[in-house]
Amino acid sequence: MATPTSTDARIVALLRLADDALILGHRLSEWCGHGPILEQDIALTNHALDLIGRARALYTYAGELEGAGHDEDWFAYRRDAIHFHNALLVEQPNGDFAQTIARQFFYDRYAQLYYHALTESPDERLAAIAAKSLKEIDYHVRFSSEWVIRLGDGTDESKTRMQRGIDELWRYTGELFAMDELDRAAIERGFAVDAAPLHDAWNTAVDAVLAEATLTRPEDGWMADGGRAGRHTEHLGFILADLQFLQRAYPDATW
Amino acid sequence: MSANPMPRDEWPLWEIFIRSRRGLDHKHVGSLHAADAQMALENARDVYTRRLEGVSIWVVPASAITASNPDDKDAFYDPAEDKVYRHPTFYHVPDEVENL
Repeated sequence: MATPTSTDARIVALLRLADDALILGHRLSEWCGHGPILEQDIALTNHALDLIGRARALYTYAGELEGAGHDEDWFAYRRDAIHFHNALLVEQPNGDFAQTIARQFFYDRYAQLYYHALTESPDERLAAIAAKSLKEIDYHVRFSSEWVIRLGDGTDESKTRMQRGIDELWRYTGELFAMDELDRAAIERGFAVDAAPLHDAWNTAVDAVLAEATLTRPEDGWMADGGRAGRHTEHLGFILADLQFLQRAYPDATW
Repeated sequence: MSANPMPRDEWPLWEIFIRSRRGLDHKHVGSLHAADAQMALENARDVYTRRLEGVSIWVVPASAITASNPDDKDAFYDPAEDKVYRHPTFYHVPDEVENL
C-alpha cells in the first residue's frame, strides 16, 4: 500500500517522536527472555512498554489530526522503512548489554530535555502526552546513567565493553539535535521544540556521567543522519520485517 | 557485608518490603538479586511495583535477617496459647476505624 509522507509539519513532528519511541521500544523488547539476569530482563521490557505506550498516544493523535482514518496500528504496521521518521540511533542493534545501555543513555538524556521543553507546548494534548512521558523518561535516565557508571567503573571487561558501546554509537547522536524545515514549521505551530540549543545541556549531562564512569568521551567527528527524512540504515528493514509480519501476511487480522 | 563477600558468579540476595499506601506498614513481597542497595531498590521498582503496588520500598540484605528456628516452635509459641486475656477481644471497634 502506498503511504505518502505527510506534508503537514505537525504530523511529521508527531511521527518523529512516535517512531523513535516505537523502534526503540521494539529493540528493547528483543531483550525479553534474554536479559543478563531476570531483574534486568524485566526492567528492559518495562521500559519497552513505556516507549510503546508513548508511541501509541502519539500515533493516535497524529491519525486524528491527519483525518484519513489511520489509527495507531496503521502507523506501526503499514508503513515501509522510507516512511519512518525515527533517528538512526534507535534502530541500531542491541549488541551486548553495554551497547544497549549506551544507546538508551544517549536517547534518554536527549528525550528528557526534549520532552521537558515539549511540556510547554501551547497544544494542550501534546503537552499532556509530554508531561506523562517525562515521568517515565526521568526513571529511564536514572536507570541508563547508573548502568553506564556501573559498567564503566566496573571490571576491565565491563569497562572495555561500555567504552566500545559509547564509541560505536557516538556518530548517531548528532542527528538528535539537527533541525530541518519541517521541524521549524512544526515549532511555529507548537508541535516541536528547537533541539539545537538542547545540545549543550546534553553534552554537559553526558560528560558528567562519562567522567564518573571513568570513560573517555569520543571526539565529535562525522555524524550520521538521514533517519528523520526516511533514509535509514539497513537495520530498520529487518526490524519492520519482524514487527510487521503478521499484519502484512494477514491484513487486518485481530484477536 | 564484609563477612559475606560477594560471590563472583551471583549477586547477593535482597528481601523486598513494600508499603502499598500511606498509613499502612511495609510488607514482605519477595526477594531479588542485586549488586548493591541502590540496584536492589531499582530492581524492586521494576519487579514489584509494576501494577501500582507501592508508594515506598525497603530493601534489606537477606544475609542481615536472623530467623527463628522452626524447631523452637514449642518453646517460643506454645506458652502463649492459654493466655487469652492478652487478646484485645473485649473492646468494640467502631466500623469507621480502618486498617486494623
